[in-house]
Parts: sequence; C-alpha cells; structure tokens
Amino acid sequence: MAFLHAVSTGKSATKSALKSRSLTPYLLLAPGLIWLVTFFIIPIFSLGSTSTMVRPEGAQIGVYVQELRFANYVDAFLANQDQYIRSFIYAGLATILALAIAYPLAYAIAFKSGKYRNILLVLVIAPFFTSFLLRTIAWTQILADSGPVVSAIKVLPFVDDLFRINNTSIAVVIGLAYNFLPFMTLPLYASLERIDPRTLEAAGDLYANGLTTFRKVTLPLSMPGVVAGTLLTFIPAAGDYVNAAILGNPSTKMIGNVIESRFFAVVDYPTAAALSFTLMATILILVTIYIRRSGTDELV
Amino acid sequence: MTTINAPMPSLSHRTSRWFSRNLIRIYAGLAFIYLFIPVAYTFAFSFNNAGKSNLVWQGFTLENWQNPCGAPQVCEAVGNSLKIGVLSTLLATILGTMIAFALGRYRFKGRKSTNLLIFLPMATPEVVLGASLLAMFLNLRVNPGFWTIVISHVMFCISFVVVTVKARIASLDPRLEQAAMDLYANERETFRYVTLPLVMPGIAGAALLAFSLSFDDFIITNFNSGVVSTFPKFVYVSAARGIPAQANVIGSAMFFIALIIVIVGQVVSRKRKKL
Repeated sequence: MAFLHAVSTGKSATKSALKSRSLTPYLLLAPGLIWLVTFFIIPIFSLGSTSTMVRPEGAQIGVYVQELRFANYVDAFLANQDQYIRSFIYAGLATILALAIAYPLAYAIAFKSGKYRNILLVLVIAPFFTSFLLRTIAWTQILADSGPVVSAIKVLPFVDDLFRINNTSIAVVIGLAYNFLPFMTLPLYASLERIDPRTLEAAGDLYANGLTTFRKVTLPLSMPGVVAGTLLTFIPAAGDYVNAAILGNPSTKMIGNVIESRFFAVVDYPTAAALSFTLMATILILVTIYIRRSGTDELV
Repeated sequence: MTTINAPMPSLSHRTSRWFSRNLIRIYAGLAFIYLFIPVAYTFAFSFNNAGKSNLVWQGFTLENWQNPCGAPQVCEAVGNSLKIGVLSTLLATILGTMIAFALGRYRFKGRKSTNLLIFLPMATPEVVLGASLLAMFLNLRVNPGFWTIVISHVMFCISFVVVTVKARIASLDPRLEQAAMDLYANERETFRYVTLPLVMPGIAGAALLAFSLSFDDFIITNFNSGVVSTFPKFVYVSAARGIPAQANVIGSAMFFIALIIVIVGQVVSRKRKKL
C-alpha cells in the first residue's frame, strides 16, 4: 500500500512538475531579462535617439532636441576618423601581442604543469584582483624614461638616446595587451585542456614532428579558444580609453577618449552618441564576420 | 640496416622535444613575470615613505598600512565601492543564476534570443554600455549617482554570472539527479539537496567574479556615477597629481584577500571531492 501510495504521489508530482515546467523557465528568466532589456537594450535605443539630436540656437549647454539629423554620423566620423581607425589598429596589435604571449602560456598550463595546474590558473587571474588602474599606472612608472626598462634598452647598440616607451603608441599597445591578457589566456586554456593528449601522441607515432603536430593537430583543435580569446581581447581593447589616457599622448588618442571627452568635457552628447553607435555597429559586424569565417557558431 | 638507423631520428626528436618542452616553460615563466611586475610594483610602493606623490622610492615605511585612510577621501571611495560591489554582486548573482538554470535545465521557445541577449552585453565595449545608459538617464532626467552605478554594474555582471553558472550546470552528471528521483525525492527536494549543492561552487565563483568586476570597474562607473566617488574613480582622478601610497595599500590588500578566498575555496572543494 505504501509503495502504491508513493508511486501515485510520485506520478502526480511529475504531472504537476510537467505543468509547471512550461512556465518555470519563463519565470526564471523574467527578472534578469527584464533588467537587461531595461538597462541594456532600451539605453541602446536611447543612445540612437540622442545621436540624431541637434542643439537649438542659443540653448543652454547640454540641451538638445530631436531633429533626426543623420548627418551627425558623417560629421562625427569625419572629425574623428584618425582616432577611429587608430582604435582598431591598436586593438588589433594588442590582440596579436596578447595571443603571442597567452598561447604558449595556456599551452604550458594545459600540458606541462602537472599537479601545479590549478595554482597556475589562479595565478593567471590573480593580477586581476589588483585594480587595473593601479596596474596601468604602475606601467607608466616601470616604463618611465629613467626607469629600469628604458635604461636597459638604451644600453643596446643602435638605440637612440631619445628612445622612450612612455607616452608612445607602443606603451598603449603594451598596456592594452596586458590588461586583457587573462581574457585571452582562459579560453585558450579551456580549449587546449580539452584536447586528448593521445591525439598528440598519435600524431607523433605517425612521424609528425613537433611543429607539424602543432600545426595540424593542436592548433586546429584549439581554434574555439583562439576565437573566443581574440574576441574577448579585441572588443574591450577597441573601446578602451584608459590605457590611451594614462600611457599615451594626445596623438595616440583612441575613439573611447573622444567619446569620453565629448560627453564630459565638451557636453556634445549627439556626437558622443553617434561615435558610440558607430563603434558598436563596426564591432558587431567584425565579430559576426569573424565568427562565421572561423566556423565557431557555438560561441553565441 | 633499418633497425640501426631507427634510433637516430628518434634521438634528435627527443632532444628537440626536450628543448621545446623547456622553452615553453621558460616562456610561460616570462609571461607570469609580465603579469606580475605591475602587481609587485604596486605592492612595493605601498611601503614607500612617499608623502604626497608616490612616484619615486623614498624609503621604507609601514605607516601607509597602519593608516590606510590617511589620504583624503580614499576610504570614502573604497566604502562606496564595497557597498556597490556587494549590492550588485547579490542582485546579479541571483538574476544570473536563475537565467542559467532556465537555460541549462529547460527547453523553451525563445532560447536563441535569450542566448543572444546574454552574449550582447559582453560583446559591447564598456564605453558604449556606459554612454548608452547615461544617454537614457539624461533623456529621462535622472541624476546619476549611487543607484545608477548599482544598476549599471548589475547589468554588465549578469552575463558573466550566467556564463559561469551555466558551465557548471552543464558539467553536472545527470545520473546524480536521476538517482535522487529514483529514491523518491520530488523535484523540489532533488533541487534543494542534490542540484543546488552541486552547482554551488559555480555560483560562488560567479559571485566572486561579479564582485571583482564591479569593484574594479571604471569606464561604465565613470559615465553613470555623477559626483559619487568609487575607488577606481579616485585612482583615475588622482593619477594626474600622483596617487597616494594608501591607494597601493588598498589595491594590494584586495589582491591578497581575493587570493586567499580563491585558495581556500580550492582547498575546500578538493577536500569535498576526497570525501
């Protein structure tokens, strides 16, 4: 009897569970998705609306009215195309540099670290726990004209006495690569770690040397990590303005610096909004092409 | 003939492999040095007898550590950052975990658009996130301040929580839950006593991630904070005239606290695994 009872209640429980199952996911999703729609999607439309506003003659600073002036985009782009193009070049260079540093690092952690693997993974994230602004400012002092790095390089022959790193585009790229390095390393590690070491042994057994094994086996298998890592580095780097502000000079300004100063120093909201919108659209297009090309749709 | 020749390539193969193996270790070591130089620098200069500008080494002192609030407005900014961090972490972790369970445990219509909505904030540069929220607040005549910072932090933390917790849910062995059901646990009991404890490390990791993202965020905060100061904002503003050594103390302290939390978490989860 007890058994029968249990079975029957069990049945009714699964029945009601099935019923609630149809609604449960939506109840679980609702609060978070409402938050994202209200404070991410709607603001994007708000930004779009601001981008076509115009400041009426003689109006107060910061007062704009909607006139659907799409020429704002053309004006904003033409006035800032240098910074715009520079952002993508710097972000691209920083991504390549970060990949060159992070790939061997992730490879070493995945295949050569043995029992120290977890400790090393913690160490990759650990610098994150110090404020990134403090670390960026620390770089300005490490790379300072009289600092250890520049002095050491100046000892080399053929190096100009005026050689410097601080306040140059090199410093900005180094800073960008540094700041987003963990974003590059972790996805790379995740995809390398999944590779069965026996596939690498098999390649060796088939007389592939180290380089061929890497090129034909390891690299293709780690492509999802490469794609994820480069995206997670490139996207924030393209929009960053902190590294350019701290490590660069007025001629290394990126689009983020322009957006920031248009918003706060110049109080020119439409231009700032138009630039932000263009930046986001460009990144989304690049990301879509990149994901399609590399055939890793599973990311999204 | 072939048997005599065979060891030759394998020998050179071995030496080259030995070399490449150690090369990559050296390379990884250098990468770690690159990662930690600024952290070590920040820590070292927290002991600098700096006075107002902490640019040049002027002698060792413990005073900054004994009196971390010594510089004006540092502790007010840190206090704000902690409050904002705790509130945003709490909200983002709850909302994100709920979404993660919906995505990881249910089939429903609108799954793809949900995934896209989670992915988009992570694929949008911070400057755009910050600028668009500020544009909305300005259009609605909302004055930015403490709560607009919390709102923005919850917004950008949710996606990271979802991704982290969802990965944990996906890695669970479904047989554990089936076993609970077989033992007559109903759906709620299974969730309460089996699923949730198993997902907990993922939720804790997501919360830690959300807190460090919130505490460290500068760009979005700068757009939506009005006159409210946070620790990163304090550092950025004072960078022009030299950061007080107390900022290095707080940065270093956060580093060690977070490191201890992570290590303790790892040790605890390893012990649990052994049990």
